[in-house]
Order: sequence, then C-alpha cells, then structure tokens
Amino acid sequence: MEIKKKAVAGTMESSDVFVDIAPSEEGLYIDIQSVVYNQFGEQIKKAVHETFRQFQVERAKVTLNDRGALDCTIRARVETAIKRAGREEE
Amino acid sequence: MLLRSLLFLPGNNPNMLANGDILGADGIIFDLEDAVAPDEKDAARILVRSCLKQMKLIGVTTIIRINSLDSYDYWKEDLDELIPCRPDIILIPKVNDPKEVIIASEYIAELELISGIEKGRIRIMPLIETALGVENAFAIASADQRNIALFLGAEDLTADMRCQRTTEGTEIFYARNRVVMAARAAGIEAIDTPFTDINDENGNYQDAVTAKMIGFSGKANITPRHVKTVNQVFSPTAEEIEYAHEVLFAIEKAKEQGKGAVSLYGKMIDKPIVLRAEQVLAMEEALIRKGSACYE
Amino acid sequence: MNKLVSSVKEVIRQARLKDGMTISFHHHLRNGDYVLNTVVEAIAQLGLHDITINASSIFDVHAPLIEHLRNKVITGLECSYMGGVAGKAITEGILEKRVVFRSHGGRPADIESGKSHIDVAFIAAPCADPMGNCTGQLGPSACGSLGYAYADAMHADQVVVLTDNLKPYPLSTISISEIYVDYVVELDKIGDPAGIVSGTTRITRDPVGLLMADYAAQVIAHSGLLKDGMSFQTGAGGASLAAAKFLQKIMLEKKIQGSFVMGGITGYLVDMLNAGCFRSIMDVQCFDMDAVESLRSNPNHHEVTACHYASPAAKSAIINSLDVVILGATEIDTNFNVNVHTDSNGYIMGGSGGHSDAAAGSKLCMIIAPLVRARLPLIRDRVTCITTPGNTVDVLVTQRGIAVNPNRPDLKNTLIAAGLPVTAIEDLQKTALAITGEPKWGLKKGRAVADVIYRDGTLIDQIYQVLS
Repeated sequence: MEIKKKAVAGTMESSDVFVDIAPSEEGLYIDIQSVVYNQFGEQIKKAVHETFRQFQVERAKVTLNDRGALDCTIRARVETAIKRAGREEE
Repeated sequence: MLLRSLLFLPGNNPNMLANGDILGADGIIFDLEDAVAPDEKDAARILVRSCLKQMKLIGVTTIIRINSLDSYDYWKEDLDELIPCRPDIILIPKVNDPKEVIIASEYIAELELISGIEKGRIRIMPLIETALGVENAFAIASADQRNIALFLGAEDLTADMRCQRTTEGTEIFYARNRVVMAARAAGIEAIDTPFTDINDENGNYQDAVTAKMIGFSGKANITPRHVKTVNQVFSPTAEEIEYAHEVLFAIEKAKEQGKGAVSLYGKMIDKPIVLRAEQVLAMEEALIRKGSACYE
Repeated sequence: MNKLVSSVKEVIRQARLKDGMTISFHHHLRNGDYVLNTVVEAIAQLGLHDITINASSIFDVHAPLIEHLRNKVITGLECSYMGGVAGKAITEGILEKRVVFRSHGGRPADIESGKSHIDVAFIAAPCADPMGNCTGQLGPSACGSLGYAYADAMHADQVVVLTDNLKPYPLSTISISEIYVDYVVELDKIGDPAGIVSGTTRITRDPVGLLMADYAAQVIAHSGLLKDGMSFQTGAGGASLAAAKFLQKIMLEKKIQGSFVMGGITGYLVDMLNAGCFRSIMDVQCFDMDAVESLRSNPNHHEVTACHYASPAAKSAIINSLDVVILGATEIDTNFNVNVHTDSNGYIMGGSGGHSDAAAGSKLCMIIAPLVRARLPLIRDRVTCITTPGNTVDVLVTQRGIAVNPNRPDLKNTLIAAGLPVTAIEDLQKTALAITGEPKWGLKKGRAVADVIYRDGTLIDQIYQVLS
C-alpha cells in the first residue's frame, strides 16, 4: 500500500495509542513515544513493523504516542492509520 | 446460549474492550453503530476485530451491533471485518422489514463460506426500534433461520412514535407485548430494552421484573452496574428449579406406570408446564456450565 | 509573656535556626498548604543552608522546594510520603543525602526516641490563640485532625505555631496545648481550602473498580470478622471507598455494629458512623469537609495522634485493635510484598503513609488493585521497592481473581467455600502477562537516593536513582 496523504488514528486516552502517519520519500521512519517504553518498547516496534509488512507499506513517516495500549490496540490503530492514509495498490 | 443480560460496549474504546468479559454479563455487544462517530467507524471495526482475535473471551456470548442496512455500505464493511472472528450473534439495528434480515443473512452466508465457518452458525438478532419494525415484528422474527431473538430498542422507538420515554414505560407497553408475542410466535427469544437511568438501582430492578413478567427472556444494559440485578431477575429461582425437577420426575414416573394424566400439588401437568420445566432445567445447566449461582 | 512574632523571617531569627539544623512540618493542609513553601523561602532569603526537612508528607504543592534542593538550602529530607513532582527530582538524584522514608507510625516513634531530632517544628494551625493553643477543627482553613503534628509539638526543641485565624485566649477547642509552644506567627493565609480537601474521596464509577469493591466486601463478609465489634480502616482510593459503601450495606442488612473505623477519614466513613454501623471514628487525618464537620460536632468522632494511631513504640496503638484494612498498591509480588513508594519505572510517587502500619496491625489486610494498569502488570516477581512486607498482607483482590497468602490456608478455604474466585497469585500473574505481553524489566539504576525504614526501624529497601 502506498501512503498518499497524512492521517491519524487512535486517541491520547489511557490504554490507547495516537498514531500519526505521513508520506515519506524513502523508507520507514518510526518514532515511538510510550509511557511503557522501558517495558514494551521492543514489542511496540515489532507490532508496528509487522503491521506495515502485512499491508506492504515500504515508505512512511510514523509517530506513535502510546498511553499503554495493548498489542491488539496498537496493531488496530496502525492499520487504521495506514488505510486512512493510503489506497490499496490494485 | 445464555442471554439474560446483554451489555453494550462502545466499539472504539480500548479500555472498555479489555475488561468486557469480567463484567458479569451473559452477552457483550460490541457496538459499531450508535456508540461510534461516523468518521471513526473504520477505526472501531478494526479495533473490535483485532481485540476479538487476540483476546480470549470465555463464558461470554459475543454480539456485534453492525450499522443499519440503510447506512451506505458500513454494514457490509462491518460484516467483512468481523465475521471471520466468529462472533455468536449479529445485532442488526433499525430493522423495518423482513427483507433486511434476509439480505443480511445471505451476505453472512457468503462470508461464512469464505471463512470456512459452518453455514448458519452465526445468528442474527433484529433490533426493533421503529414503529414500522413493531408493525412488522412477526414477519421480521420469522424471516430467517438465523434469528435467535428479537431485541426491543425503546429510545429510538419512542422518538419514532413522537412521545416521551419514561421510567414507568407506559408508552412502550404495547411495543413490549407485541415484540414478545411476535418472537414467541416465531419460536425465538425476546430481549428487552435497557433501563437508562444508570444511578437508579431500584428502577433497574423494577424494570427488569416488569420485562420478565411480560415474557422477555433477557434484558440489555448500558452500564455494568445493572448487570448483576438483571442476571438475578432472569435466572430461575431455587424454587422454580426444584419444581422443574419435580415435574419431570413426575412425568417419568407416570410414563413407567403407564398413567396418562399426571398431577403435581393438585395441578394437572400438561404440555406447557412440561415445556416450561425443560426450559428451566436447560437454563440451570447453562448456568452451571458458566459457573454462576442460579440465585442470590 | 508574649509569644507573638511579627513574621516568618523574624521567628526564624528568634528561634536561632542555623545551618545544618532540622525543621519539621505536618501535612494536614495537603495540596493546599502554603506554610512549608513560605518557611523554606524565608530560610533561603536569610541565607541559611544545609537544612533538613522532616515533613510527615510532601505534596505536589511543594514543588518550589525543588529549587531549594538544587541550591542546597535544603540538603536532607525525611517523610512518610512524597508526591510525584518532588519524587521525580529526588529519583533523578537532586539530593546527595538519601531521603529517609518512614511510615506514619515510625515517624513519631523516632521523633520521640530522639533518633529523628527536630530543632524547630513549624505547625500550621487553622485556629490558634496568642499563647499557642491550637486546633485544626476551626477556621476558614480548617483541616480537621492534627494527628501528625503532635509528636513534633511534644518533642521538638522549639515549636512555632502559624495561623491565619488568631482568636482570643483561651481557644474554645484545644488540640495541641500551649505548653509545647514557643512562638506564634499570624499569616494572611496558611493555605488554600480548595487544596486542603483531598482529590481522591469519590467512590469509583468505573465498573472494574466496583467489581473489585464488591469482591472485597464479600471477602470481609466471609472472613469470620464480620460481627459486632468489628473494626475497619480503608484507604482513600475510589475502589476502597466503594468497598466501604458495600460493606455498609451488608452491615445494615445483618444489623451488625462495629467498634470503630480508623484512618484518613472521608464523608463515606462519617456516613457509616451516622448510620450506626460503627460506634466511633478514630481520626488521625481528615480528607474532606464532611469529616472535618463530623469531628467538630460528633463526640464519637475522636482526634487521635499519629503515635496513638500506629507507633510501634507505644504500649499499644490503634492498629493493634484493627480487624480489617483495605489498601492499594502500585505493585505486588508473588511473595505478597507491596510497593506504594514508586511506579514501575522506579520513580517515587508515594510512600507508606499508614500502609505498612495498618497491614502489620490488622487481622485481615486486603489489597485492591486492577490486574493491569495502562499495560503494566500489577504482579511482579519482585516489586521495585518493598513498602509493606508480604507476611503482613493476606489477600489481593483484582478484577480477575482473588489471591490469598499461602500463610492463611484457613482463610483461603473459607473463601473458596464461599464461591469466590480464589486464584493462585502466580496464575493471576500469568493471566496479566497473557493480556499485556512479557515486559522487559530491568531499569538502569544509579546510586541509592532513598532509604525505606520499616516500622520496626530496619532498612526494608532502598530506592535508586533512575538514569535517563
């Protein structure tokens, strides 16, 4: 999927994650802020990367502001942001 | 499937979804409709799908309230996203016409096929919340094999009726009776509208008792605080369970002795009483399996 | 004889406060306190340095203290509780000397014995007379009980009473007597009444909190302790207060009258007293205006000192007669050790307060806490900091199960028989990890920045500098 425009998903409520996605010229730039970065930073990165792989996104600039979201929530919000920002390559 | 209490949870709220299964309700309704703003419909269905896939909800009936069939194609996208998660029931809002049930049922069948789900496994609950829905209640109830219950929604209904929604509920008395009648005539269950004053514990109890007396088999809830009371009201009492055992025992004994007519405590036990006893014992079994007390 | 002094600076001069001395404060004005900041600012302006503060608690309103820590006006801190704002600065290593954390009961014990010597005690008093008789029960800044100020008044070398409500001698209600007081200073305002009332005295509306509160009430009901004469204490968290409300319902239904409720007193506990559920309230601090009003007007609502409440050195303290206490936790480990000093990143945001005291004295100590908070699991292999040792903690109530300390097999069997969802604490831990995923523990730690002194005087744990 190609990221064509900026999009956001999620909220700043506790247990949610705010995802901000924008087009990028080269590669994936992922910036993660999290209240549980020490404990779950690696898992969050993994969830984000796997979701990007699943939707075949190779170029994007993504910022996550995580308030302790569970893995399923992170994946859901990233997927929502991707779908809002791109259109499926036919 | 135990359906004494059905609790609405907003589909776009991660905090609530994580604790849905411990709130004591028999069924959890993941709401993609009224609880979700139009520009968050996509986020909600993805979130509910993602959570249902990763969380194990034990002992809870999973219900998805999709968007109504006149909501562009939201309802189709809801089903596309959620049927693969194998929810137990699809709750269809604002059903006016039996055709809507048939259309939804056929679309669900296509998705069951694609997902490798046994055909007909996913049930439907039409939500009667319009005047036209009430008028067509029996036709809607008997429209499709998937129907498991009719669900009455009084908030939207009273708006459609152009009258006030009150705690006493006089304005929905007819609709309640009509929905129960239609559901029973079609051989399915009936779920009552939620009590909406979240602070009125006694009002919640009275409303649940009224619903049970009219013939509803369960009641929806908009707050977990009402769930325990609703479960109690719609559970058989110890006396009812004991009587049910006695009825079936009496029937067995009569069969052995070749007797035709059976009486218990001076009352003739005919088919309706036997049927009632069987239903009570079926519920007792389901409750034992769920691990709850049958009465407090 | 004239004890009245014109200003804070003047009283500091007259008391001959010098570099290296220790001053003390109570925390009954909570987040509405002006006194600590005013006194420390005056000390700074007078050019003094190297002062130690022994405050029963430090709240976020005391944020200006941080600047004085940096400038070494204040170089030592002793307290029983520290809010997150000062806590962050301490955790990041602003002080060279380690902070000394005690419990609410340990503090007066050490003050009495001389282990914790106070040169000048500053006692904020909502109402006082010119000879220093004072009380917290009256005045526009009324805060109720002055429980944590008594030890300071009785044992400090010099005692200063600060009030914004000076009344003619003698005061109508005397909590702390003039016999201990050296100086009296009149201020415009000793505090902000809006901040004096605690932020946590509302029953939770959160269904998960209510579920846990319901479990807690049921545990009490089946513990064998629910009978006439029962005594009870609860923390001020939303779920704990809801549990008190549910307990009240049960006690009224079963027509049980308890002996006393203890604590941090809120309107909910006053309701229980007025409903006849208990014969009396033992009040060491008031959390809201309902409690203050009840203390003023109800002879069965007693003001008690921190020493009476929980001192391990007293011949007996109220906690020794306590049946049931409900407390919170930021973390608990599989040995039932509880942390209320730090969060899971090692940052100080609390302290024992009366937690370890009540746990030690009570017959049934119950912790209520959600299994997961913003993806962080409650149950650890080992808590970040031990506030309360596991052998004094009996039951953990979460929304997904109830764990009973293995040293209480009798209680465990009773609760299982009552149909409650009793689960091994290790299983609850696994349940949480299945929800959150496996966290990476292991913070980069620096030197110790705080000593946690248990009520028996021993060092139960230390808190370490968090390195960014």
